[in-house]
Amino acid sequence: MSDQNHRPPNINITPEEYQELAKKMTPKPTILKNIILAFLVGGLICAFGQLCINIFVQLGLAREDASTATTAFLILLGALLTGLGIYDEIGKYAGAGSIVPVTGFANSIVSPALEFKREGYVMGVGAKLFTVAGPVLVYGITSSIVIGIIAYFLR
Amino acid sequence: MDLKRIGNQTVVFTNPSVILSSYSVVGPMEGKGPLGKTFNKVWPDTINGNPSWEVAESKMMEEALEGAVQESQVNKNEIDYLLAGDLLNQIISSNFAARTMGIPFIGLYGACSTMALSMAVGTMLIDGGFARHVLVGVSSHHDTAERQYRLPTEQGGQRSMSSQWTVTGAGSLLLGRSGKGPRITAATIGRIIDFGETDTNNMGAAMAPAVADTILNHLHDLKRSPEDYDLIISGDLGILGLELAQQVLKKNGLYFNNFSDCGVLIYDKSQDTHAGASGCGCSAVVFAGHILDKIKAGEYKRVLLVGSGALHSPTSALQGESIPAVGHAVVIEG
Repeated sequence: MSDQNHRPPNINITPEEYQELAKKMTPKPTILKNIILAFLVGGLICAFGQLCINIFVQLGLAREDASTATTAFLILLGALLTGLGIYDEIGKYAGAGSIVPVTGFANSIVSPALEFKREGYVMGVGAKLFTVAGPVLVYGITSSIVIGIIAYFLR
Repeated sequence: MDLKRIGNQTVVFTNPSVILSSYSVVGPMEGKGPLGKTFNKVWPDTINGNPSWEVAESKMMEEALEGAVQESQVNKNEIDYLLAGDLLNQIISSNFAARTMGIPFIGLYGACSTMALSMAVGTMLIDGGFARHVLVGVSSHHDTAERQYRLPTEQGGQRSMSSQWTVTGAGSLLLGRSGKGPRITAATIGRIIDFGETDTNNMGAAMAPAVADTILNHLHDLKRSPEDYDLIISGDLGILGLELAQQVLKKNGLYFNNFSDCGVLIYDKSQDTHAGASGCGCSAVVFAGHILDKIKAGEYKRVLLVGSGALHSPTSALQGESIPAVGHAVVIEG
């Protein structure tokens, strides 16, 4: 058998043309459906929160305390639903609707806690607890400090 | 000695290996899919009583390897090499499965192309007279892959429309020098093709040019046309990648009516995986079950399996690097 230098067959498309083609053929996210579902589920969670506040007020808590109690209760609920494997199913349909409320924050802390327990409590849970929520905390806290300083000088 | 290499990238074996046996183990979701009946074993859940998903994956591979050895009734002492690979860092699923097998072990990493790669290398070992029998096997696991490449599994978010679902499954073949069964007659080792795709949720698009390049060179090297095959099947391009690969090859004047993809076949639409399946296990279990069954039944006389691999890491992706991809092809004849 001969072994000459054969080259090329090369595929007949440049990377630029290919990227164009791939972009054209990649299915678009179903934005309208996502927005509606996020609105409905997010709204439902918030309405449920309001219901909790009202109930706590009825039970005799001060307005301020009632909303703190509600936040704690929603966090508990988000954590529980994450542990039961239900919250990620809700998130699949609701998207931002279930990420933005405080229940979503609970989900983003509890899911790595569950996930990395097998790597131990120090290097697993301890080190990985904020893999999802970390960026939110870092930039959330930083921006609130910056806004706080600006507000201080504007007053 | 006559060179077995032909053209740019292809080898034609003078002593093709014989696929003496095969075995596949999958998770429950794959078991419920359209190919569910073609697998040897379906686990009731993805952890199957193991302490972690990682342990479960290596146990799954072990079951597939042991299964193939048992089906062939070949004595383990006559198996000279184990070639295996998976998706986890340092290919731990394979390393731990090999620990219990006690067969000299060569670990391979070709990401999701590892099955085709190990079939090619295994046949080279046999054809070269380096081995009597070679055991090949790969695995992937949805949950271990999610942990390593993406987010915690219970994190509630939405997957991109082009994303693919990592198969929980392990497939294994025992290759021999002689005997009855389908033969691996040629192989085309792919080169890395990177057309600049950076979206790790669109691996089909990243791998399609590599698969197209390998198919093009394979056909050119052997002076064959698509019609010379009853089936040309890629590993895990998924719905989008398969379409893209066909579009790319069309520009080279190649048209296919026999081109499919394991990642398209393994799940059906109701399973909502978006663009289909991915993972080493995908092409391994579809080949070890569905395709081998059809070859043995005489329905397919000659099949080209093109494993497709996206060779990035979570670190390279975060640093903004594009995805290097590869396609390895093997010819299986009934």
